[in-house]
Amino acid sequence: MTGARVTASGWGWRHAGRARAAVSGLDLDIRPGERVLVLGPSGAGKSTLMHALAGVLGDDEDGDETGELLVDGRRPSASRGRVGLVLQDPDSQVVLARVGDDVAFGCENLAVPRAEIWPRVGQALADVGLDLPLRHPTSALSGGQKQRLALAGVLAMRPGLVLLDEPTANLDPEGVVEVRDAVLRSVEASGATLIVIEHRVAVWQQVVDRIIVLDPAGGILADGPTDRVLSAEGERLAAAGVWIPRFPPAPPERRNRSEASEAEVLLHAEGLCVGRVPFARKRAVVVAGELNLTLESGTATAVTGPNGTGKSTLALTLAGLLAPAGGHLTAADALAAGLGPAPHRWRSRDLLERIGTVFQDPEHQFLAGTVRGELAIGPRALGLGGAAQTERVDALLHRLRLDHLADANPFTLSGGEKRRLSVATVLATRPRLLVLDEPTFGQDSRTWAELVRLLAELLDEGTAVLAVTHDEQFVSALADARLTLVPGAGPAGSPGGATGRLSSGLRRRIGTEPL
Amino acid sequence: MSLMTPEIRPSAIARVNPVAKLAVALLISCALMLSIDWVSAAVALALEAVLLAWCGLSARQFWLRTAPVWIAAPFAVLTTVLYGQDSGAVLLSAGFVSVTEGSVALALAIGLRILAIGIPGIVLLATTDPTDLGDGLAQVLRLPARFVLGALAGLRLVGMFIDDWHSLALARRARGVGDGGGLRGRGRRFGGLAFALLVLSVRRGSKLATAMEARGFGSDIPRTWARESVFGLRDSLVVVIGAVIAATAITAAVLAGTWHFVLA
Repeated sequence: MTGARVTASGWGWRHAGRARAAVSGLDLDIRPGERVLVLGPSGAGKSTLMHALAGVLGDDEDGDETGELLVDGRRPSASRGRVGLVLQDPDSQVVLARVGDDVAFGCENLAVPRAEIWPRVGQALADVGLDLPLRHPTSALSGGQKQRLALAGVLAMRPGLVLLDEPTANLDPEGVVEVRDAVLRSVEASGATLIVIEHRVAVWQQVVDRIIVLDPAGGILADGPTDRVLSAEGERLAAAGVWIPRFPPAPPERRNRSEASEAEVLLHAEGLCVGRVPFARKRAVVVAGELNLTLESGTATAVTGPNGTGKSTLALTLAGLLAPAGGHLTAADALAAGLGPAPHRWRSRDLLERIGTVFQDPEHQFLAGTVRGELAIGPRALGLGGAAQTERVDALLHRLRLDHLADANPFTLSGGEKRRLSVATVLATRPRLLVLDEPTFGQDSRTWAELVRLLAELLDEGTAVLAVTHDEQFVSALADARLTLVPGAGPAGSPGGATGRLSSGLRRRIGTEPL
Repeated sequence: MSLMTPEIRPSAIARVNPVAKLAVALLISCALMLSIDWVSAAVALALEAVLLAWCGLSARQFWLRTAPVWIAAPFAVLTTVLYGQDSGAVLLSAGFVSVTEGSVALALAIGLRILAIGIPGIVLLATTDPTDLGDGLAQVLRLPARFVLGALAGLRLVGMFIDDWHSLALARRARGVGDGGGLRGRGRRFGGLAFALLVLSVRRGSKLATAMEARGFGSDIPRTWARESVFGLRDSLVVVIGAVIAATAITAAVLAGTWHFVLA
């Protein structure tokens, strides 16, 4: 099986209902077997190009096409099976309930004879290093495993062109390497052409031959061998939001801590066990336990560790959204301000000025039809008058550069804008403690820098920040302390439980002793 | 163990093609719906009880899975006894409530019927993997692949509803609109959550559809099936057994003189 050739001449696409074309004036020639990294700022049409190459962009009803885009000299929609696409979200790519069946799904659609399907499935699973029984339930896979499963499903189709649309954006660092290496092994074996979109250049830099930079204004900004493009365009790309290792975003200024006012204890956890109550059960299943932690005003604490160790559950518990599964969680008077010491017993409205939570998936917390309406929800729940509401909302719109989107529907925003909006909705009620779950997922370097700068300002103003994150740059830019959750030895009776290790004093020691 | 990948213990019935099981369940249900009398239901139930030995469910699994019908049947019996159509000798009478020989017989017929239709249906489904059922529907019954696989993939998303619902509820609490407002507020929040879940599911569904399309789903080429769904002699035999149960139940009722054709 040889690699596919990709050619474009004057190609463009405008989604139905949009005034501006997503891609325009694109000329390309990608040789069989080439490995290409496609870069470009948000909104440059990278995903549109990938969808078009995979033949899933739709027809005349879905948008207007100009020019010509060909895979092996044929229209992509006519060469299904020649092209395989892996998308960003691990959850929405699993089709069937069992691992083997899911990998076989693509082969079946291509009418591969039954006798040939199962050897292909075995080969593809071996290529991606997913050593599981064919009957293993897909619902029991981790994010990294799901992405490798999606890749195996694509590889089993034996495509000549493999397309990866930010395949590692939602994975922890180990998962990123797992998936990347699986991709390399398999394209090396098959000789397939590879096109990857990824914000984080460092992951792919060493393994691709060529970089193509799309221009948001149309056409191509730069195209050539990896090193040449990075040295010629690196700075410009970095300024446009692409993560270039040589040009990292500047870390924000933090006011010297000794000048800062005395830190107050806000929340204190001792022997805290966290867990969720499964559907139709009474008792919580503990996912992480025996955690000791103190959160103080003006300090940032990072919670790190592999997927599945209970980081998000811990964040939701500290945020007063889940009841602790054991141990003690006590809100100090400085935070409780007249309420009881157990945050999960507070009323929903009482949380607003005390603890703000930014969820991993911003879409989960959107409630209104416009950005402006979204920002007004918190202040209105607090009982602020119309004028005060407008004032707060306008200030936030301005501060987070969302002014021009005030009347847009939150669901139509880009990934970076959604993230900024979800942070802004929380800031609208000025909580003393901010809990963020993976705040920098999928952010380009520019929106990353903005978010980090904003959080630094809040920290200097005395807000406490707790962030669950995989992002080492984020940790080193902001965190004063780090709690690392490690899988394995949990408290008695919970074999899968994780425990935490508190590494003291990234900048300064906080509260409790390490475990 | 989940909705889509139930743990099914190997058993004679688990090995039967799901389409055959579906046919049996339908045959018995249809036969029992034709009449409301206690003899046909009791005979069917007795014959089914014999077959249960081969279903491979543990006693605990059996009672747990069939609990809904064991709860529903007595309630139906009770309400029919008290409020059902009266005929024959009056056994008890107090205001609205009157218990007659006729209403007791009717109640018995209905209670047995719920068990005789419900138990085989539940047991047959409990020994069936949804993916295998999909294979059977598409390959044996030749239902359109698009419909069958769409349903299977959609069913998988249902498992995620519970997590999504939970996240949405927590997010609302974090946004300050998670409680208060009494019963009306509760109702409004429930409606809001349900709508948000709908929006989320539609978005998830459309992403899944793209992923399926990217893997060649929905093209005009007739697809192959990795898992062969065989409908063999044993499966035909199972359908015959189902037909025999249905026929025996009807015959017994007719002979006993209790057969009462509902459409007559």
